[in-house]
Order: sequence, then C-alpha cells, then structure tokens
Amino acid sequence: MPDIILQIKDLHVKVGDNEIIRGIDLEIERGTVHALMGPNGSGKSTLSLVLMGHPKYAVTRGDIIYQGRSILEMAPNERSLAGIFLAFQYPSAVPGVSVANFMRNTLMARHKGDAPLTPAKFKGLLDNAASKLQIDPKVLGRYVNDGFSGGEKKRLEMLQMLVLQPTLAVLDETDSGLDIDALRIIAQGIEAQRSPEHAILLITHYQRILNYVKPDKVHVLVKGRIVKEGGPELAHELERTGYDPIIKELATV
Amino acid sequence: MAIKETQLVDQDYRYGFHDQTASYSFKSRKGIDHEIVEQISQMKQEPQWMRDFRHKSLDIFFAKAMPAWAKNEVLEAINFDDIYYYMRASDREGKTWEEVPEDIKRTFDRLGIPEADRKFLGGVTAQYDSEVVYHSIRKDLEAQGVLFSDMDTGLREHEDIVREHFATVIPPADNKFSALNSAVWSGGSFIWVPPGVHVAIPLQAYFRINAENMGQFERTLIIAEPGSFVHYIEGCTAPTYSSNSLHSAVVELIAKEGAHIRYTTIQNWYKNVYNLVTKRALAHKNAHVEWVDGNIGSKLTMKYPSVYLVGEGARGEVLSIAYASEGQHQDAGAKMVHAAPNTTSIITSKSVSKGGGRTSYRGLVKVYEGCEGVKSNVRCDALLMDPESRSDTYPTMEVDAKDVRVEHEATVSKVGEEQLFYVMSRGLTEVEATTMIVNGFFEPFVKELPMEYAVELNRLIALEMEGSVG
Ligand SMILES: Nc1ncnc2c1ncn2[C@@H]1O[C@H](COP(=O)(O)OP(=O)(O)OP(=O)(O)O)[C@@H](O)[C@H]1O
Ligand SMILES: [Mg+2]
Repeated sequence: MPDIILQIKDLHVKVGDNEIIRGIDLEIERGTVHALMGPNGSGKSTLSLVLMGHPKYAVTRGDIIYQGRSILEMAPNERSLAGIFLAFQYPSAVPGVSVANFMRNTLMARHKGDAPLTPAKFKGLLDNAASKLQIDPKVLGRYVNDGFSGGEKKRLEMLQMLVLQPTLAVLDETDSGLDIDALRIIAQGIEAQRSPEHAILLITHYQRILNYVKPDKVHVLVKGRIVKEGGPELAHELERTGYDPIIKELATV
Repeated sequence: MAIKETQLVDQDYRYGFHDQTASYSFKSRKGIDHEIVEQISQMKQEPQWMRDFRHKSLDIFFAKAMPAWAKNEVLEAINFDDIYYYMRASDREGKTWEEVPEDIKRTFDRLGIPEADRKFLGGVTAQYDSEVVYHSIRKDLEAQGVLFSDMDTGLREHEDIVREHFATVIPPADNKFSALNSAVWSGGSFIWVPPGVHVAIPLQAYFRINAENMGQFERTLIIAEPGSFVHYIEGCTAPTYSSNSLHSAVVELIAKEGAHIRYTTIQNWYKNVYNLVTKRALAHKNAHVEWVDGNIGSKLTMKYPSVYLVGEGARGEVLSIAYASEGQHQDAGAKMVHAAPNTTSIITSKSVSKGGGRTSYRGLVKVYEGCEGVKSNVRCDALLMDPESRSDTYPTMEVDAKDVRVEHEATVSKVGEEQLFYVMSRGLTEVEATTMIVNGFFEPFVKELPMEYAVELNRLIALEMEGSVG
C-alpha cells in the first residue's frame, strides 16, 4: 500500500472575499517528487502558504491531511516541527540575526526536551549543508536574507531545507532567477533531499530544473484548480506549447 | 549567568526579592531639608567646600521648576517628602570579598552576576543602596596608576583632583534633578586615568535600589587624562517594591586631549522607578567619547547622554536602546553640542514599544557659529509591537555654522506579519519568533556589549516577550 504523506481534499481558500484556491485534490506519496506548474497568479504560492499555515489565508472548505491527520488547526511552527518545510518564493529578512544563529534556533526548537544540540554537532550540520550548496562560510555570519541577492536567498532556503531534513518539502520557485551554475547547485541540493523517506512538491515555471530533478508527476494549476496531470513528458509539452491550449480546452468544456 | 531561566520566570519579577532592611546601621528620615544635607555631609566627614556645595545645591533644587518639556503629570506624582535621601547598608567597606556582608552577597547571587564577572571582582565597586560595600582595586590597575573607587573615597583620598573637576561638566543649576543629586549625592564611581594609560579591562559597577522609597543619588566622575583610554560598565537592576522609587544620578565624563572614554550602561529598574539621570561628557581636542546606553526598565526614564565637543577633531557617539512595555515611558535621547571645528557625532537610537508602552527620542544637535567641518549623523529606529504602543521623535537641529553636514533619519516599523510567519515556519513559537526579531533589532547595540551582558540582555528580552504575548 502506498504511503501517502500529503492528501489535499477539495481544498478551497479565500483571501478576504477572493476565492483563490477553488477545489484542489492532490496526493503525494513518500519517496516521490511532484512538480506543480501553472501561469502567474494561478494560486501556486497561495497553496504553498496554506500548507504552511499562513494566517492570512482562510480555508473555507476541504481538508489537508498530513501523515494521516488534519493539520488545519496546527500553527506554522507545529507544522514545521511535524516535518513540513516551505522554501519561500519571497523569503523575509530578519535583520540582526545571523544565518548561523537563526539555524541554531530552528534546530533548538527541534531538540527541546531530548539531548541538547552540541556546538560541534551543530557546526557539522551547518558546514556540511553549506558546502553541498557551495555557500561561502562568510554568508553564515550575515543577517538572514538582509541585503541578499535573489539567488543568495534561494540558496539560503535550500540550506535550511538540508539542515532541517523535512519529510515534506514545498519549494516555491526555488529555481527562478538563478544563473546556470546556481541552478545546477540548487538541483543537486534537491537531489540530496530526495530520499525514500521524503516527499517534494516542486513549484516551477521551467522545464530546465526538471532536467536535473526528474519528477514522478506533474500537475498543472490554472485559476485555483488542477486542470491537468501527467508524467514528466507533460512538462516538456508545456515548454513547447505554453498554457494556452490547456486554457482553451477548458473554455470549450 | 548563574541563574537558570526557569527560576527567573517563576518569579513575579525576576529579581523581585527583598533583603531585610533591619540590619541597616543607619536610616535617615524621609524628606529633604538643610538638616538632612548637613547630616549626610557630617557623616561623610566632608571638607567645608563640599558641604557648602551641597547646601547651595539644595537651594537651587527648591527654587527650580520641573523640566518644562517633560510629561509633567508623571513627574508631579513624585512626592519628594516621601523619600529617603540617604541610607547605607554597612558601616564600612569590605576590603576583601570575604568581608562583604552575607545578605549583600546573597543579593548579588540572586542578581545572577555572572561567574566571569566574579573573576573581575578585583576591579569592581558595587553600590548597595547609598554606600559602596565592596571595592578593591586590582593590582595591575594600581600599578598603572589608575584611580578607581567610590566617589566618597575619591573625595577623601584625592580631594585635589575631585575639587578641580567635580560639577564642572554638570553644574547643580543644570536642572532640578542635577541640583537634587548635588545636594544629597552618595556613592557612584570615581575614576582617574593617568596620561597615556590604556585600561585593558572594563571597569565595572553594579547599582540597585533596595530599601522601599529609597532614593539613589549616585555621582560618577571619570577623568581621562590626555591619550588615555577607559571603558566603564554599569549594570542596574532593582527589586520589586510597591511604592515609587527615585533614581537620579549625575555622571560627568572628561576626556582630555586624545583620550577615549566608553561608558556602557544597562539599566533594568523595576517598573515603579523614576529614572532621571543627567549624563554629560566633555570631549577635548581629538578626544573620543562613547555612551552605550540601554534602558529596559523603570516607570519613567528621562535620560539624554550628551557630549560637548569642545576641542577640534573631537568625536562623540551615543548608541542607545530603549524598551517600554505596559505603563512604561522611556524618554531617552542624546545631545551633541559641537563647539569646535571638525568635530563629529553619531547618534543611533533604537526603541521597542510593546503592550501600550511608550518610547520617545528627544535629541539635540547643536553646531555653534564658526565650527566648520562638523559632521553629525542621527539615526532613530522604532519598532512597534502592537497598535496600543507608541513612539515619538523630537529631533532638534540648531546649526549656526557653514560647511557642516548634519543628517537625520528616522524609521518606525511594525513587527511584520510576513516576517513573523517566516520565522515561525521554521519551528519557532510566536514568542520565540518575536524574541528573535526584537533581539535582532537590538543587535547593533548588543554586539557592542561584553559577552555576559549580551547574554543577559537577550534573556531579558526573551522574558519580556514571554510576559505579554498570547
Ligand atoms: N495576500 C493576498 N492578498 C490579496 N490577494 C492575494 C494574496 N495572495 C495572493 N493573492 C492573489 O491570489 C492570486 C494567486 O496568487 P499566487 O501568489 O498564489 O500566484 P502564483 O501562482 O504563485 O503566481 P506566480 O507564478 O506569479 O508566483 C493572485 O491573483 C494574487 O494577486
Ligand atoms: Mg508564486
């Protein structure tokens, strides 16, 4: 029997009076990588923020089941500790808090009660992740996302993922705005995260990243609904045709 | 830190404990008049000029009105007749740590003065109520010729130096509270650094208010002779009391040619303390004075560390933080008076208001006529934790010279929902995330502090955030 990590059932989401997610069903199995594609404004980031528990978005219908239980009532930090991670499309800055200090705090939140995190162990974890992503150790002393370039921010999101080792990682356009080398490095980071234990939901606009990270499934989101699903070949098709044929097809139905 | 966080949190106020005041050997009566002043001066066996100075200052205190700019209804609430103006904890000063009375040691224990500091104790004066109870100069300071003692001892043993400099930076008539301090001052630190001497370790002192309604009027005078350097640190915290306390210090710094003084304060008075402090420095030619000033507690703080840049090429800096929560008003700021050409000043002020607390920045940059080549930079950042809290800035610039560059920048921000969500999404609770954001906001200040103070301050912020979130 497949081990379903995430099950989204008939999800509807509103911001204010605006319904942005209008009935999504999605299942993600342990050990798989799913790609989520779709035009600007279709609701991809909204979905990712709802998964993480952003207070601005109201779930008006449906449910999100993570590892067998509904997480709708869980605070963002509880979801994080349960193993959900979001690499933000637009990460926030935390001025005055160094990357190292930030990471120490996130790890300490996971070590409450049991064996304390030793400085040596922490340093090992952080240095290891940084070297995989070819992050200059100096960056670890900089303030979180404060004055970071677009590409540096994406790399820092990946660093956090590699250190925290989430069960479910949602990567919102982590491949956008990267130079060719950076893209390869980020892809390697995602591959390092990929394991039979983990699941990844990769939100992207580009086929490029999927050349490195081969998805098990591709979903297409249009106007708050998943309108098409398929294998990796669907991404290739979209790269050629764009979303127009799908949108036209929808209009005729 | 010697105290565990859990112990601290358990208490209503983390340092909220009283020692028995019964063992006090002397207790003056409440209220202020010439008789009390005479008694203080007699007990201290002071020279006639100091006795005269006190009496004259008291007359000024009686004659002067409250500071006009201040929030007067709060100041008016001070009942000067209901305060003790002098009190001492022990009859004499302990020469060694062993001789320091047990109840006083216990107080320091409860304060959690870090172990690292105890190693420093060779160079520490600790003021307990009005009288310094422990003081012993480290041998290496002595060898360098540095004088470091409480102010009373300084007056007794180095009368010439004291008389030459005392009240030359802040005369009694400066304001009502400096007049009061001049009349009843007791304790505080006296430091004199010989020419060219660099004092490698920070000199430290701890102050706290102990007896109910006990006013504390310490008087600090630091003189850095040409080319010398000294860093002085005071950390303050006070125990819980139901009625209001008054803390009104006067701190005078004199940095002579090419000298460098850094003065670091962290005060965490309990929420019933009026903290009305006059701090001023004179910076002579090419001298450098830094005030690093942290105000976390008290009911009302009014404190504007200033530097009078009287010699060409002098530099003045104020780096301050203020934190105000419910029922608190931190009215803090800085003054830079450019009275010589090519002088520079930097003011960095950071404040956080929470739970209806109020912070104000009140600043003055003044450039006198003929002072060309002056540069001044003022930056005020305020962080509001909720809509009930308040922050105001009252910057004043008086520039009477040509060819000067005076910059002022002020920002007010709120803890952002997106930022909070970002941090929480990494597993931190709302309180932990808020604490992290506030500590980050204060980081430019904290990184200037010695390690143990930085840790302590971060912990205080964490306790404050726990107090009212959720
Ligand atoms: N907080 C918000 N307030 C108002 N409208 C919002 C908010 N968040 C999202 N929306 C709207 O919801 C729609 C979906 O936005 P979303 O960011 O989820 O799109 P997206 O698919 O991630 O787009 P992109 O590819 O450009 O990143 C957009 O029309 C957007 O303007
Ligand atoms: Mg998006």
